[in-house]
Amino acid sequence: MEEFVIPKQPGSNYLNAEYGLKSWLLTKDHKRIALLYLGAITFFFFIGSLYAMMIRLELLTPQGDLMQSSTYNKTFTQHGIVMVFFFLIPAIPATLGNFLIPMMIGAKDLAFPRINLLSWYIYMAGGIITIYALLAGGVDTGWTFYVPYSTTFSNSYVIATGVGIFINGFSSILTGLNFIVTIHTMRAPGMTWFRMPLFVWSHYATSLIMILGTPVVAITILLVALERLAHIGIFDPAAGGDPVLFQHLFWFYSHPAVYIMVLPAMGVVSELIANFSRKNIFGYKFVAFSSLAIAVLGFLVWGHHLFVASQSVYAGMIFSFLSFTVAIPSAVKVFNWTATLHKASISYDTPMLYGLGFIGLFTIGGLTGMFLATLAVDVHVSDTYFVVAHFHYIMVGGTLLAYLGGLRYWWPKISGRMYPEGWGRFSALVVFVGFNLTFAPQFLLGYMGMPRRYHTYPVELVSWQVLHVLSTAGASILGVGLMIPLIYLVWSMRYGRIAEANPWHLPGLEWQTPSPPPTENFLTTPIVTHEAYEFAPPEHKEVVGKFERQQPAES
Amino acid sequence: MSEHIVQPRIYIMIFLALMLGTGLTVLAAFYDFPGPLNAVVALTIACLKATLVVLYFMHVRYSGRLIWLVIIAAIFWLAIMFAITFSDYWTRNWLPIS
Repeated sequence: MEEFVIPKQPGSNYLNAEYGLKSWLLTKDHKRIALLYLGAITFFFFIGSLYAMMIRLELLTPQGDLMQSSTYNKTFTQHGIVMVFFFLIPAIPATLGNFLIPMMIGAKDLAFPRINLLSWYIYMAGGIITIYALLAGGVDTGWTFYVPYSTTFSNSYVIATGVGIFINGFSSILTGLNFIVTIHTMRAPGMTWFRMPLFVWSHYATSLIMILGTPVVAITILLVALERLAHIGIFDPAAGGDPVLFQHLFWFYSHPAVYIMVLPAMGVVSELIANFSRKNIFGYKFVAFSSLAIAVLGFLVWGHHLFVASQSVYAGMIFSFLSFTVAIPSAVKVFNWTATLHKASISYDTPMLYGLGFIGLFTIGGLTGMFLATLAVDVHVSDTYFVVAHFHYIMVGGTLLAYLGGLRYWWPKISGRMYPEGWGRFSALVVFVGFNLTFAPQFLLGYMGMPRRYHTYPVELVSWQVLHVLSTAGASILGVGLMIPLIYLVWSMRYGRIAEANPWHLPGLEWQTPSPPPTENFLTTPIVTHEAYEFAPPEHKEVVGKFERQQPAES
Repeated sequence: MSEHIVQPRIYIMIFLALMLGTGLTVLAAFYDFPGPLNAVVALTIACLKATLVVLYFMHVRYSGRLIWLVIIAAIFWLAIMFAITFSDYWTRNWLPIS
């Protein structure tokens, strides 16, 4: 293919190509849109964290001495809604995915730049409506909007919040659509499917879930609104409906939504593990296809949320079995990451610390998910703090850690500056310690019978309070661990050391262009001639049977 | 890809067919069919109307195989949702209530 050289002003990049608010608000550059998303989701993350702080403070003592039960209901509901719909789901795809997918496949932009910008505006519209609902009086149904409470009994802003989430869903669908078309049609010459970085594979799988699942939750929320406004009867047994139908429809999306959150995180971790081990990932194709397997199987397991909701015991058996099958591709990833580390030249930079933290915490989160997929055990721990601990190990220990690691890893590319490594490592350790201290006691609390969504517990159960105090102390440490990066990343934008194009010395395409990149990403169209994680020179390779084995390079 | 030009006559015919479907739905609502047939009749008419919209108004009939693949995948996913959800409803009464 003929190389196309773009004439450039020296030193011009996507950050200084244009100036002014208008140049940001009307930009079609995927990198700038990623930064718009970064700002917005950081805002929502801090709103969600504020609610988390209130929850932890309330549970410090057995009495409800900080807030009334109705306020507490709103607090945990709003924590869940803001964190799930406005932080965790868009966190990695809309920021890192948006920024990196075109760069990783050698494209100038996403396939539909205007739709990309539209998706940010839709996200903001949904976010503003939701914030309005929270400020106007809030919502107290739990982030799950279970009927009949949400349709009949709740006196809070259910419909306004629902409208915010409904609108926000379209942002997710458009991002997914954009990624799929871009990955299919805009790969650089030589960028075959099996040369794509695993980050791109995992985003491809995520996009499939976004497109296939999100419309269902939109329809479900619409039905809740119709039921609330017009009493159409679809969830009301008195009118021939069924409240459990809501749970089926809601979880048909919301369980795969967990994979929308964690698959991109797995993509980030694959990059971190391979690149900071300086090795081709062990079993590339297995890791790539396991993303697709998780996306497909993730759609078949939603009924494990309904084991104690009067679902048929036979359907429960099927869902229990199917839930166990999702563990297989997840385990493939964990084992392959671990095998990649074997005899590798590992460097323990900040992103890698987050990556290693992810493997441990995701494994705990995943395995406790197996407890919950077991019918009999689920009866005991359903709706207890065991469940809360489990999904926070996946969402915070998994997605948040990967997001933080990825942000640090690509920060030199995004900002053109290096972050302070010492502070980076320190805050990564603080986050790890704080996280475990917050959520590990919750497994015990749940197993001992502490139900979720209650703001009081018996005074005589001293062990419960001890565990709650540990959890709140951990949350404070976690909060400090999250504030440090906010400060030093903002600091580094002005005072950080200027980053070179490829500060980690890696083969990925995104590192073969200046930091920060020019608006068009590459000065010349790249031609790809090697695999994604090609570290070893040819003399360090040996052929064993039909497999090519990579020897670690001499140090 | 060249765009297929659809004659206005086709659009008008499809529009009339959709109106007929709406009329039939309203008419059917005045009859009480035996058993679960009320829902079956209404949903059958609705599905036929949706198929006409997808095939003609959304131009799928004149589109390539990739578009067909996307539509079939979406319908397959919908079928998964219905089938597994109904696995709950069909088997709920299998165990005698003690």
